[in-house]
Amino acid sequence: MIPSRGSAVARRMVRDRSGVSGFALLALLFLLAFAGPLFTRWSWADTDFTAFRDPPSAAHWLGTTPSGRDVYALTVRGLQKSLLIGLTVATVSTGLAAVVGAFAGYLGGRTDRILMALVDLFLVLPAFLVIAVLSQSARGHGTLLLVVLLAGFLWMVTARVVRGMTRSLRGREYVLAARFMGVSAPRIVFRHLLPNLASLLIIDATLNVSAAIIAESALSYFGFGVQPPDSSLGTVIAAGSGAATTAPWLFVPAASLLVCVVLAVNLAGDGLRDALDAS
Amino acid sequence: MARFVLRRAVGSVVLVVVAVSLAYLLAATALHPRANFEGRSPRPPERVIDARLTELNLNDRTPLPDRYAVWVTGLLRGDLGRDFDGDPVAGELGRRIWVSLRLLLIGTVLGGVLGVALGACSAVRQYRLSDRLITLASFVVLAVPVFVLAVLLQMGAQKVNDATGTRIFQWAGQDGLSHLVLPTVTIVLAQVAVYSRYQRSMMLDVLSADFVRTARAKGLRRGTALRRHALRTAVIPMTTYFAYNLGLLLLGAVFIEKIFGWHGMGEWLIDSIGRGDVNAVAAFDLFAAGLVLVAGLLADLAQAALDPRVRVSR
Repeated sequence: MIPSRGSAVARRMVRDRSGVSGFALLALLFLLAFAGPLFTRWSWADTDFTAFRDPPSAAHWLGTTPSGRDVYALTVRGLQKSLLIGLTVATVSTGLAAVVGAFAGYLGGRTDRILMALVDLFLVLPAFLVIAVLSQSARGHGTLLLVVLLAGFLWMVTARVVRGMTRSLRGREYVLAARFMGVSAPRIVFRHLLPNLASLLIIDATLNVSAAIIAESALSYFGFGVQPPDSSLGTVIAAGSGAATTAPWLFVPAASLLVCVVLAVNLAGDGLRDALDAS
Repeated sequence: MARFVLRRAVGSVVLVVVAVSLAYLLAATALHPRANFEGRSPRPPERVIDARLTELNLNDRTPLPDRYAVWVTGLLRGDLGRDFDGDPVAGELGRRIWVSLRLLLIGTVLGGVLGVALGACSAVRQYRLSDRLITLASFVVLAVPVFVLAVLLQMGAQKVNDATGTRIFQWAGQDGLSHLVLPTVTIVLAQVAVYSRYQRSMMLDVLSADFVRTARAKGLRRGTALRRHALRTAVIPMTTYFAYNLGLLLLGAVFIEKIFGWHGMGEWLIDSIGRGDVNAVAAFDLFAAGLVLVAGLLADLAQAALDPRVRVSR
């Protein structure tokens, strides 16, 4: 019996040790992010007025910040936020890249030129500047704006790649057959072209997760991303990095969690790539 | 060749103009230099604020097209406008540009060369211990954001200083060679991790190619075949990554400058955004866009020099 593609991919995936460990690590991090807050009586919003900048203790597992907030609660909350932002940004930006690239590649002509000019324009605009300036003028709009902005600057290179691959798929028999049967262009793109690019898109999405998490924490580091009092890994790291040598508990937990998340996502992405792309 | 370069250059200039204009318009709409006066006590009269802002071409009550026109005519005369304190932006740009370029150039060159060398070595010894170690190391470094890497190096340097009772490593400042070490190491490490990953996979693709086997078969020594035939071909796609990467590198430099207390372009950008200094933000974008496009042009030239097919097809 010939195994289905799905089970073949799954078998290759399981055999890849680093890929599996990436997924396992990611699962653990999710567990920590969403079940972690249940194990402490401090919430990320609380302030303990008896403990300012205390080192780790039984009451505060990872110590407290100079303003008396529990570092464990803040870090776990930050992890939650960073994971959610990473996942949504990756989904949105890969989706956008897929649609733009596939339509540009399939339709060609003027649509192609306009869309590719748009890609070039976004590539030249300094993303950091635009996001920083816009988030400065739109304080208090919460994380949604941040997600849109981050996704808006991650899609361009993938769109180019998708366009190139679509152009080579455009002449395939199954696409021609669909076209001559009178299937509309959007339907061809969504039903015939994009499913054939699925492996590329899945890999791209995982890579975008880590890119988005790094970008989010980088922006938050400078105060352009997630706004206090809410916390993300970036804000915790930024608050702790100034005193990293004298009060390492402010910096080390959040920084190592951030590294773990990115490492796990990259490992999982590499494993997926090897499993999906048998060559 | 000359026509190819010319066409590329014209296209690049158009892109710079569009990008910088958009950045100016965006900054002019979204930033509020007027807010700087709100906190002053006694608060200057409205008329004075307006006059001052108009003088600096920062008045949000002047219509945007007018402000843009003033800025563009100034730019055409080589005048980048003035910052919030009334000092010319060009002077500040001139002071800061070398601080950043020093970091960026050393980082790119050293990082690129080391990264390519490590990646190539790693590919040639695929699955041996050295390959595994290099791959693992670059994988870990890739997962560490620049601002964490910088702080970690700082912590490590502090340990070394304490242990030896000296001040081998110094930060906070930009004078002298010892201040250059940590920021440069940060940026080089990050670059090496990226480039060695790319170079390894490029090199692996090439190693099994027919022309490398032919080169060996016609009697070239292994080293010569690898360097002259395999490496030269595998470096070609790297030029494109190099161009794309410079934009990211610039961003990394912003963090490094801020963490190590360098008064470069990055620090200027952050401060200018905070103060609503539209002209300074636009000047930074001019610098960034120019840098990325020059890098793109250089990458194209390098590609044409390395790859005969590119020269013929244009």
